[in-house]
Amino acid sequence: MAANIYPKYTSDGSRLGNLLEWFDARFPLTSMWKQHLSEYYAPKNFNFWYFFGSIALVVLIIQLVTGIFLVMNYKPDGTLNAAGIPVAFASVEYIMREVSGGWFIRYMHSTGASAFFIVVYLHMFRGMLYGSYRKPRELIWIFGVLIFLCLMAEAFMGYLLPWGQMSYWGAQVIINLFSAIPFVGPDLSLLIRGDFVVSDATLNRFFAFHVCAVPLVLIGLVVAHVLALHEIGSNNPDGVEIKKFKDEKGVPLDGVAFHPYYTIGHDLPAITIFLFVFFFVVFFWPEGGGYFLEYNNFLPADPMKTPPHIAPVWYFTPFYSMLRAMVWNFFWVDAKFWGVVAMGGGVVILAFLPWLDKSPAKSIRYRGPIFKTLLVIFVIGFLILGYLGTKVPGYYFFGFTPAVNEANEVVFSPLNYLLSGDLIAQIFTVYYFLFFLTMPYWSRIDKCKPVPERVTTK
Amino acid sequence: MQAGSGKGDDQMKTQAIKLLKRLAAVALIAPALAMASEAMHLDKWPAADHSDQRSLQYGAKLFINYCLNCHGASAIRYNQLLKLGLDEKTITDNLLFTGEKIGDLMKVSLSREDAEAWFGTAPPDLSIIARAKASESGSGADYLYTYLRKFYRDPSRPTGWNNVVFSNVGMPHALWDLQGVQSLLEETDDDGHVEHKLVQSTSGTLSPEDYDKAVADLVGFLVWMGEPVADTRKTIGIFVLIFLAVFYVLAHALGKNYWKDIH
Repeated sequence: MAANIYPKYTSDGSRLGNLLEWFDARFPLTSMWKQHLSEYYAPKNFNFWYFFGSIALVVLIIQLVTGIFLVMNYKPDGTLNAAGIPVAFASVEYIMREVSGGWFIRYMHSTGASAFFIVVYLHMFRGMLYGSYRKPRELIWIFGVLIFLCLMAEAFMGYLLPWGQMSYWGAQVIINLFSAIPFVGPDLSLLIRGDFVVSDATLNRFFAFHVCAVPLVLIGLVVAHVLALHEIGSNNPDGVEIKKFKDEKGVPLDGVAFHPYYTIGHDLPAITIFLFVFFFVVFFWPEGGGYFLEYNNFLPADPMKTPPHIAPVWYFTPFYSMLRAMVWNFFWVDAKFWGVVAMGGGVVILAFLPWLDKSPAKSIRYRGPIFKTLLVIFVIGFLILGYLGTKVPGYYFFGFTPAVNEANEVVFSPLNYLLSGDLIAQIFTVYYFLFFLTMPYWSRIDKCKPVPERVTTK
Repeated sequence: MQAGSGKGDDQMKTQAIKLLKRLAAVALIAPALAMASEAMHLDKWPAADHSDQRSLQYGAKLFINYCLNCHGASAIRYNQLLKLGLDEKTITDNLLFTGEKIGDLMKVSLSREDAEAWFGTAPPDLSIIARAKASESGSGADYLYTYLRKFYRDPSRPTGWNNVVFSNVGMPHALWDLQGVQSLLEETDDDGHVEHKLVQSTSGTLSPEDYDKAVADLVGFLVWMGEPVADTRKTIGIFVLIFLAVFYVLAHALGKNYWKDIH
């Protein structure tokens, strides 16, 4: 950190001024304030898409604070209480009913989990729209992908804690996936579970990871993400570098001080709108139609009763669809393993985006028709993968019943294929990977418009 | 088509017609079907007439008399019924039967081992059953409202009872003296399509209409139990949203003011 470029604070003689001078001499207080807020210059043409970074930070704080209060009354205990209900499950209902304001804290935390993913998905999509991952911001993007991975781990482990049927069986299914990895798989899943089935041991280690280990890593990565951003400076909807044109004081001509222009002038109203929607859900729609709080999860975990349909929470479903799409045993290795590769690869491939994209223009404003077309299909495909991940395998769109022969096998007919969820998931899974893998080629030949020297609007 | 054409052609023709029919059907009713893919038919719980305090009190009475012998509601204390407008004396005199105190949780003395031996499975705790039973087919209340009205006599079951929406259910019909006995009739229509119909074989102490109302009240109570704070939550929510709306107007004006010199 270039702390020494900012002069130290000198007191105006008042008592408070003296205290600040004493403090600032021993700690980079004013220099940090200036470097990251009052003299951090961000492009002045940020639009709607640039709200989601700040909002993600707000959601992180909501999750941390509500999480702390939940831990005060939650008990990670899989044993049954006198009424035959698992203690962990009962403690959540105790929070909902008998802890003062407990329902409010719990609904904020459960809604916050879904909100986090909505906001982060939009934040990532912003990066794709305006090429925010491009040189020299590769590391910001990579930290971001790591944050996304951490968030998935955090959400997955947190989801076990209420110890409902979906918590239990969802964890069972996902942990079992690790056993598909050749050689080390079975031992690995045993290590994660701490038992041969999901049990009290699993619950306790997931609790430890969810409230302690993963949040520490997550916060560290968020700090790294922001520090890297402030080192390079923000991208913008035009995808041009504002640092190219500076005034005599070294302030970018197209930049405005992050504080107060963005903190109060831009993000505060946006955060208020976000909170309006967020608290609408908390107070009026906490179950989110069975997507934020799954109905089956109001039943206590029962290792003897497998639910007929186990689906992960909505934010995992696009990747879960990719997992299920792999049904072929390539190279004599079980399809399940390739499913795991597809699911993991679907996330990891994002990290390579800075090097896959060879387009001369960063922003979609100046990129050509190939990118725009492929991106639209990419988004539609991703949403459809997400939708299909909530459905049972063998799903047909629009409630269609496929034509079958005497042996009850699905016969060849156009509709049987066109409306088959399984087939469409496979097509979009292949598309998802091809979009990235062929990007070095099509991004280079795409017809870009000339990129302006300076930002355009505002 | 010419006379004497092979059987295969006819099959192809019917196949083609079927396909066309299906295409038309998909085009016409696709939007509706997309939502109702895995649906089973549930009767709608008439919420409007069965969520007031009187209904909830009657529902509580039914619950404690008929359900709480086998099913617990271990997240609920008896004194939470005070919120339904019952006073302490009414609860103590009328709803506590086996020496419980008013601050006790609604637990049952039936042991899980016995229950498993008698019914094949321990009766689930009903504290949040109304939230758990929601599905694509309808709300948890709809499910319970249908379930509790669709028991029928089935001599092949150990308890002598079966249920239309939960086939081979372990639970006997606890409310049978109110509803009477129904039996399931199988009717085959002209297309060979089998339809099931419930018919009343003996009447209960309540008329069919009154029984439906009683069940609706009971379901109302189950819904209330699922989240006693639901009404408070919505009331507070209105104030929070009003505050945020006002705050937005101010924040927006403040923001505009900051940006007015930036071009």
